[in-house]
Amino acid sequence: MFIKTIFSGFGGQGVIMMGYLLATAGMYEQKNVTCLPSYGAEVRGGTANCTVVISTEEIASPVASEPDFAVLMNNPALLFYQNQVQSGGTLFLNSSMIDSRPVRGDIEIYEIPVNDLVKPLGEERVGNMVMLGAFIKKSALVSLDTMHRVLKDTFTNRNPAMVKLNRQALLVGYDFLGP
Amino acid sequence: MAFAPFHARRSQSRSTVPKVLMRGNHVVAEAAVRAGCRFYFGYPITPQNEIPEYMSERLSKIEGGVFIQAESEIASIHMVIGASMAGGRVMTSSSGPGISLKQEGISFLSGLELPAVIVNMSRGGPGLGNIAPAQSDYFQATRGGGHGDYRTIVLAPNSGQELADLTFEAFDLADKYRTPVVILGDGMLGQMMEPVEFRPEIPIKKLPHKDWALTGAKGRPSRFIRSLILDPGEEEEHNWKLMRKYEKIAREELRWEAFAADDAKMLVVAFGTAARIAKGAVKRVREQGLKVGLIRPISLWPFPFKALRDFSKKVKHFIVFEMNMGQMVEDVRLALEGGGEVHFYGRPGGIVPTPLEVSRVITSQYYQKRLG
Amino acid sequence: MKKVFTRPKSLKSAPFHYCPGCGHSLLHRIIGEVIDEMGLQERIIGVPPAGCAVLAYNYFDIDMGEASHGRAAALATGLKRALPDRIVFTYQGDGDIAAIGTAETIHAAARGENITTIFVNNGVYGMTGGQMAPTSILGQNTTTSPGGRKEKRDGFPINLSEMLAIAKGSAYVERTAVNSPSNILKTKRAIAKAFQVQIKGAGFSLVEVLSPCPTNWKMSPVEACKWIDEVMTASFPLGVLKDFTGDKKDVH
Ligand SMILES: Cc1ncc(C[n+]2csc(CCOP(=O)(O)OP(=O)(O)O)c2C)c(N)n1
Ligand code: SF4
Ligand SMILES: [Mg+2]
Repeated sequence: MFIKTIFSGFGGQGVIMMGYLLATAGMYEQKNVTCLPSYGAEVRGGTANCTVVISTEEIASPVASEPDFAVLMNNPALLFYQNQVQSGGTLFLNSSMIDSRPVRGDIEIYEIPVNDLVKPLGEERVGNMVMLGAFIKKSALVSLDTMHRVLKDTFTNRNPAMVKLNRQALLVGYDFLGP
Repeated sequence: MAFAPFHARRSQSRSTVPKVLMRGNHVVAEAAVRAGCRFYFGYPITPQNEIPEYMSERLSKIEGGVFIQAESEIASIHMVIGASMAGGRVMTSSSGPGISLKQEGISFLSGLELPAVIVNMSRGGPGLGNIAPAQSDYFQATRGGGHGDYRTIVLAPNSGQELADLTFEAFDLADKYRTPVVILGDGMLGQMMEPVEFRPEIPIKKLPHKDWALTGAKGRPSRFIRSLILDPGEEEEHNWKLMRKYEKIAREELRWEAFAADDAKMLVVAFGTAARIAKGAVKRVREQGLKVGLIRPISLWPFPFKALRDFSKKVKHFIVFEMNMGQMVEDVRLALEGGGEVHFYGRPGGIVPTPLEVSRVITSQYYQKRLG
Repeated sequence: MKKVFTRPKSLKSAPFHYCPGCGHSLLHRIIGEVIDEMGLQERIIGVPPAGCAVLAYNYFDIDMGEASHGRAAALATGLKRALPDRIVFTYQGDGDIAAIGTAETIHAAARGENITTIFVNNGVYGMTGGQMAPTSILGQNTTTSPGGRKEKRDGFPINLSEMLAIAKGSAYVERTAVNSPSNILKTKRAIAKAFQVQIKGAGFSLVEVLSPCPTNWKMSPVEACKWIDEVMTASFPLGVLKDFTGDKKDVH
């Protein structure tokens, strides 16, 4: 197993948090993981991205030239990454913010209307968790249980209220894509 | 990103997983604090800003912890000298342009025989260059970089875990030999998050006593620490003393690692990030049946000259892979003393080559040399 | 139809990479207009800093030569001494000029070096991600002054322009801001005056510009402009700090 995932979107969309949580969950499941966020002037333009590798073997490079999965939160992200994904790979699109669709036929596409799904929760900031829920369901890279543990460990000290809210948002995304 | 470091430390104690996922720069900072570092002086520069940022918060919460963002790298390295004279465990960090400015102080630390840890998360250069990972500061790190006849110990980690472990060792080596130790990373190691398991914190009281530190001559003869020695004979003796120390370090503090080297007909030599990529490449070509191995110098100074020379008795073909235009390759050639053929593959700062790319270079060399 | 808004001739058509609401964009435009109006495009040479404005040569259609972090005043000294009939200016952030480049700047002023410095004070290290700057005010939260700048731990902010006004060799020093239409106008006048001072050969001239950095201040552009008025100017009052050009009485 050697799976590369790219998360990309605007700075405030919690893109790096998604990558961090996925990599941590991989670590909890005894896998090798790397997580490489964008940094410095790259971030100045307002885009953020994060590459996560989860593997049963040692990871040589944390840089993913041809990711298996791309989780894209806005239009620029789609433009940039749609042609980099491996043939047979999968795109997760935030369909509330991305209008166009890739023309390639050799990839699977899931559309998740993150901004609409997050509204009933009353806290827009957890949109990234909705997306992450959908992602772990279809990618099956890590289990829902593990992600629940990761959320608990990550947020309990920072803001206990966020554990519950994040878990709720995660489930909204997880359930959205059906069984 | 503020969330990673502090929660990571706390969650470590509460979660069932012994490791934490942390950014390389945070790892260095946390490991330094656990190794007893209570003094950090630095100046912002990408891609190492997370080290001073972490230290500003971490050290402000520790009794006796001191963090200063100095007005320049020159000021910060001289603050390092001061705190080191006072006997503290002290660190500074920077990248390319800032490390150039610190060279004056590094020369002084060496001449004054003072311990300190200096981290270089190197980036593309020369000049402002860019902020992408590169290994083009190899010469600067291993040749001293400043004026005078001196060496600094240079350690080159290739993972988050090694950033933690070698940071610990760097403080011990610095104290043991009273000499500055450089940790040579790069932007990728500094920014990447990997699982890390930290050693437990060393209580300050357990740190070695420094019977040379300046603490005020209470109840003992006064001391002085200097590098100016006007008498040429005395200056020569001082330099001989330094050389004897460097020879001892070269004998006793070598660190390197071999992978799949036993039956190899060709050896790749690489350090740091390049070595990780090279290892991936070597695994690929091994799957195709090519007998290729990897030598990874971990201490760049002292450099594993003898180990390479010994390998050259069995192996005649070497590929040196670096993320620069050919620096360590000079040491490899020196080590082999003509006893092997050296092919260099490098890309200048900015691009991190893929294992696939490097495996293609290996494969083509392997067949050109008619090894397969 | 009369065009009311055109790009100054001395600016290239490249779009700025600065964040929305960033003072650098405004200031580039202002400097471009002054260069146009004074007809300097072909005889002015600029020195950009290490800082968010490091790529200024992508925007100014004039000769520009990069300086390493903080050394602009020294580099500009060399340029000006080699080309005394050209106009030489540096464009520097607060970290660049008031931390690492303090020595070069003070000595250029003391020598009465005939150069102009545009000093962009946004109270943080913008480019490297919002660390404390020498001009961060007490209480200001930055990534290296957790809990806000405290004088005991982090020291006081530096009023470099006031220090430079004391230097015997400085001719003209003014502090302005780019947070309102009227302040923008004053900034433009100050920069034109500074170039005039240089043309006359009167000595070192400097315009400090208080400039919003909404990104690192974690404010909206509007809030950032208000913060300059309500908070920042208390530590860095606007106005002419020195005028030894004979145009006006020295305020000291
Ligand atoms: C010798 C050296 N040290 C550090 C840096 C990294 N660096 C680049 S810009 C900068 C400071 C930016 O702050 P400021 O001058 O206030 O400009 P701003 O980005 O806020 O406009 C620093 C520290 C460098 N380029 N060179
Ligand atoms: S970080 Fe601040 S100074 Fe830099 S471009 Fe953005 S708003 Fe401007
Ligand atoms: Mg600034």
